[in-house]
Amino acid sequence: MPQYMNEDRFISIEGIARRYPKAGGGETTIFDDLWFSMNRGEFSAIIGHSGCGKTTVLNILAGLELPDEGVAVVDGRAIEGPSLDRAVIFQSHALLPWRTVLGNVAFAVSSRWPDWSADKVRDQAMACIEKVGLKGSELKKPAELSGGMKQRVGIARALSIEPKILLMDEPFSALDALTRGTLQDEVRRICLETGQTAFMITHDVDEAIYLADKIVLMTNGPGAMVAEIVDNPLPRNRGRIDLHKQPDYYALRNHLIDFLVTRSRSFKDEIPETYSKRHPPIVRPTASTSSATDSTLSAA
Amino acid sequence: MSSNLTLRAGVLSFVLFALFIAAWHIATRQIGAVANMDPEYAKLMGLTATTGKSAMPGPFDVAAKIWEHLKNPFYDRGPNDKGLGIQLAYSVGRVMLGYFIAVCVAIPTGFVIGMSPLMNKALNPFIQLMKPISPLAWMPLALYTIKDSAVSAIFVIFICSLWPMLINTAFGVASVRKEWLNVARTLEVRPLRKAFTVILPAAAPTILTGMRISIGIAWLVIVAAEMLVGGTGIGYFVWNEWNNLSIVNVIISILVIGLVGMLLDQALARVARFVTYPD
Ligand SMILES: Nc1ncnc2c1ncn2[C@@H]1O[C@H](COP(=O)(O)OP(=O)(O)OP(=O)(O)O)[C@@H](O)[C@H]1O
Ligand SMILES: [Mg+2]
Repeated sequence: MPQYMNEDRFISIEGIARRYPKAGGGETTIFDDLWFSMNRGEFSAIIGHSGCGKTTVLNILAGLELPDEGVAVVDGRAIEGPSLDRAVIFQSHALLPWRTVLGNVAFAVSSRWPDWSADKVRDQAMACIEKVGLKGSELKKPAELSGGMKQRVGIARALSIEPKILLMDEPFSALDALTRGTLQDEVRRICLETGQTAFMITHDVDEAIYLADKIVLMTNGPGAMVAEIVDNPLPRNRGRIDLHKQPDYYALRNHLIDFLVTRSRSFKDEIPETYSKRHPPIVRPTASTSSATDSTLSAA
Repeated sequence: MSSNLTLRAGVLSFVLFALFIAAWHIATRQIGAVANMDPEYAKLMGLTATTGKSAMPGPFDVAAKIWEHLKNPFYDRGPNDKGLGIQLAYSVGRVMLGYFIAVCVAIPTGFVIGMSPLMNKALNPFIQLMKPISPLAWMPLALYTIKDSAVSAIFVIFICSLWPMLINTAFGVASVRKEWLNVARTLEVRPLRKAFTVILPAAAPTILTGMRISIGIAWLVIVAAEMLVGGTGIGYFVWNEWNNLSIVNVIISILVIGLVGMLLDQALARVARFVTYPD
């Protein structure tokens, strides 16, 4: 068994299922018997095609939805509802439009620490606004901000409550490439500096490679499964600009793209005999293994 | 550009107004004495017939009377002769009181209905039934049970202002964006704080639209209600002046009713601008 000697299973998803009633009667199973875990201080990403149930998994982790079966456990306790320990960065940023940037962040801070004085709340909120580079815009309303700035406020709001876990639902997908890159750098820096445990949904393979230590591959729904868990072989001090110069980069990238292009669809029909839903295989694609296992796509 | 447009619109408004006054003046001007009438008969017929003066007052008659009212709006010479200002104050006071009570009832109730799908479903048939009832239809019942005409008028204002505010509040509260509620949920915001810091500001523009509709209806209804109950108020004043055949005063009342209605609406529009948020 590879890599996970020091597994602490800080977050553990244990056999969760989610079903919706079908229009003509009966039920659609979005996924069932889903298992995977994440460690403290680890950055995990989940990739999979649209509609496979990624947001549902994240909502269950956030406590906004409850699974129909199974449990999600954080730090030894089953999730029963939303908690200030788990901050969510929403895809649609979800800022309160009648509040200023400072007002939005301060709302979170005063929810986290209700007995703090107004000054203390303000200081904490300002510190987070500065951290995401929005100093000077704190008195603007969300409508006066660009998409990237709004997403920054969302990040500042999530960080301001000093959560144990940061949950992100495609936080950068609506942004242009340049802004996305800068924000990825900022999120990575903040997460590394503070040892933040984070879980992120993404459609962007390069984003997953750059940010995540562990990438969960989810097959197409209905009846989605965790096909495997990819352990990122790239060094921890990787940079975004020279990512592609890392020796294992293409092996990893090809592996992920191969999954999205073909295996996410075909996995169901050719499940390996050793596959177990409870212990999805852990894979570490490196330059040396790539020729043997994933040579379907050549390096672009 | 836009200031230019405002200027042009202003000029046009003024021209239209001047044309209207001119047309009014021409239509009501003296046509000259009617000749050769038996003096006894002429006396009987009054000025209208003898001098050819129109029964309809002209703009200058009205203007002169307005000036008279403006000079002394608050005189009180007994129950049938009070200044226009006093009458208006009575009407506005009744509207404010009935409306205020309606706000106090409609907004909390609307909140409950909007937050609870159960209450929404349970109360909906009643609201749908009560809403189309003309507020004046309540008047006999109010007079019978309350036995006080002034309070009955306030009750009628209350009942007519209630529905638009109730329905709009419930709708505004029920349609607060799910993502904002999810923000509040992930921040573990307590219900009361959530109501005041998320739901109320989110629903405020819809609630204010309801409040604006209500004040408009209340002002429409007070005139009719006061015609029925009598005593004081601008509605009673109109009816009384009609009985006195003082068409000048009737026209002035119409003007003043429009003016006050507009001011009430504008005041709420101002508040609405204050709570509206760009999205
Ligand atoms: N309220 C609902 N009723 C019925 N089906 C639903 C409901 N909400 C979600 N679903 C279904 O659940 C599935 C998973 O939805 P989910 O939002 O988790 O997908 P996703 O992986 O996040 O997709 P995307 O990448 O497009 O965001 C979808 O197929 C969707 O049709
Ligand atoms: Mg989604």
